[in-house]
Amino acid sequence: MNIVAAIKRVPTTEATAKVGADGKSLDQAGWQYMASFYDEIAVEAALQAKEKHGGTVTVLTLGPSDASKELREFLARGADAATILKDADPSSRDALSTAKALCAKIKALGADLAFFGKVATDRDNAAVGAMVGTLLGWATVTDVVALELSPAGGKARRETEHGVETIEFALPAVITCSKGLCEPRRSNLKGIMAAKSKAIPEESFESAPSQQVVVKVELPPARKAGRIVGEGAGAVPALMDALKNEAKIL
Amino acid sequence: MGSIVVYIEQASGAARRASLEALGAAKSTGAETIAVVGGEGAETCAAALGATKAVALVGGGAHSADALAKDLAAIVKESGATAFLAAATATGKDVAPRVAALLDCTLLSDVTALCSDGGKLVCTRPWMAGKAIATVSSSAGVFVATTRVNAFAPAQGGSTATTTRAASTDGKTKVASIEAKASAKLDVKEAPVVVSGGRGMKGPEHWGLIENLATAFGAAATGASRAVVDAGWRPHGEQVGQTGKTVAPQLYIAVGISGAIQHLAGMRTSKVIVAINKDADAPIFKVADYGIVGDAFEVLPALTTAIAAAKKG
Ligand SMILES: Cc1cc2nc3c(=O)[nH]c(=O)nc-3n(C[C@H](O)[C@H](O)[C@H](O)COP(=O)(O)OP(=O)(O)OC[C@H]3O[C@@H](n4cnc5c(N)ncnc54)[C@H](O)[C@@H]3O)c2cc1C
Ligand SMILES: Nc1ncnc2c1ncn2[C@@H]1O[C@H](COP(=O)(O)O)[C@@H](O)[C@H]1O
Repeated sequence: MNIVAAIKRVPTTEATAKVGADGKSLDQAGWQYMASFYDEIAVEAALQAKEKHGGTVTVLTLGPSDASKELREFLARGADAATILKDADPSSRDALSTAKALCAKIKALGADLAFFGKVATDRDNAAVGAMVGTLLGWATVTDVVALELSPAGGKARRETEHGVETIEFALPAVITCSKGLCEPRRSNLKGIMAAKSKAIPEESFESAPSQQVVVKVELPPARKAGRIVGEGAGAVPALMDALKNEAKIL
Repeated sequence: MGSIVVYIEQASGAARRASLEALGAAKSTGAETIAVVGGEGAETCAAALGATKAVALVGGGAHSADALAKDLAAIVKESGATAFLAAATATGKDVAPRVAALLDCTLLSDVTALCSDGGKLVCTRPWMAGKAIATVSSSAGVFVATTRVNAFAPAQGGSTATTTRAASTDGKTKVASIEAKASAKLDVKEAPVVVSGGRGMKGPEHWGLIENLATAFGAAATGASRAVVDAGWRPHGEQVGQTGKTVAPQLYIAVGISGAIQHLAGMRTSKVIVAINKDADAPIFKVADYGIVGDAFEVLPALTTAIAAAKKG
């Protein structure tokens, strides 16, 4: 199998939001970065697919040169190749524009299976994987929590609010990965050494303009200060009173 | 302003509340609405939605998402609609990006407010799990968006002129089976009250205390912190937070949850937050409207009794 895992470099969960000088962006000063949480799962799913069915795993990102740090970690875990579609600020690119660029590269790689995270935790679009699958005309299953892969296709389970769906698909396919699908492995020293010498090419790409227009960015209104109503079970009447008479939700 | 196509999820002829919220959001802009309903019971559901008009997709069975998206995109094109909305549910999030891609338009996900600014739709949506709120519009031909669950008032029903259309059946994937979950159980995303437990509950064998409180409320769901889900005490579907579900119920009760930033990301927009924690310095108290410092094993039974009594009247 020729497998691709798409990963996005995003601010860590500890990054604090501060509105940028233009009022339309976030100030990134002091931020640290990581691969988006679900993309770790996507890479693991790709590596497991390769281990079971053979083939290669290419990890692909559209982002800045600095993303080579995250990509190198995935090479150390066992990915065969990694490529950067160079873009200084991938967060300001909308979902469709991102999907088009990734789609073109996935085609050029001749892949037949592509793993995505279900959502990237910087812009929370939850869109790029399904868009790429649609643009490619491939079978696409989103939010996958369990996967049984055979050389020609497979069965994926996805959780909805109302139950669990089992979806059958044939390759080529796009799978977007949810928590629970698999546990990302750690890299070991041998992998890290082997990854050191691997080249991570940076490529330009045909950029479709973003259609999303940012009018302004704000911080959410601060919650009004709450209070401790009391200690232990004895505080229950005070809580009931607050819920009934202040919050008026009982 | 052009009309808005809204995809409505339904079960046995009854529209899902989250979809009625999407329709409510569409109607609140003053636009004409075209509701599209699929699955068994689609016609019954469509005719009572209170949209300007409705289309029932018939004969599709368990619709594959790409076939459904194809039908929805075709309806948008044929009607000349300028917007498409779906609820940001598992199904809506699956279908909407596909509809967007087919229309060559981007998607604005999980919008929390929507209005028409002189005929142009403008919305707000969270970035970084709600650490920032962006006001955005779209220069695409069609404004494609999903509406966050519990963020909009649901549309009131009303009789709706409905046409039928044969659903596409040539999907690239096949829905092999759907295991419905026990119908009594609400999902954390849709419940008006969520009672969540964390590591402070000590073990899965104590979840009866969490469930009893939820039951006392009637319409309530049980949630969990990631620590508890990772420990295998609770299923993944219950996890609230940045890597779980984002919820915004009327009332969120966090029991034995420390309030890590990743947990807060999933519940901080709840209307009212109550925290029960034995550590007075736990960060969860910083976002809670009301807190009780105490042992969950003492507080929960007392609170359950009080809520049950209040619900009885
Ligand atoms: C990338 C990333 C993503 C993450 N995503 C999520 C996510 O989506 N959701 C999530 O929840 N977490 C997430 N986490 C984990 C998060 O950082 C915390 O580790 C987790 O939320 C802690 O769970 P907890 O509050 O149950 O446990 P703890 O932090 O151990 O807190 C237990 C609390 O219980 C209290 N307690 C103990 N005994 C009692 C008692 N008898 N009565 C009352 N209170 C008691 C303690 O005082 C303490 O405050 C993520 C972490 C990372 C790095
Ligand atoms: N800039 C990017 N580079 C590589 N992959 C991306 C990028 N943006 C999004 N993706 C992939 O698409 C998934 C969903 O992203 P999103 O739709 O932005 O939430 C991510 O988890 C990644 O797998």
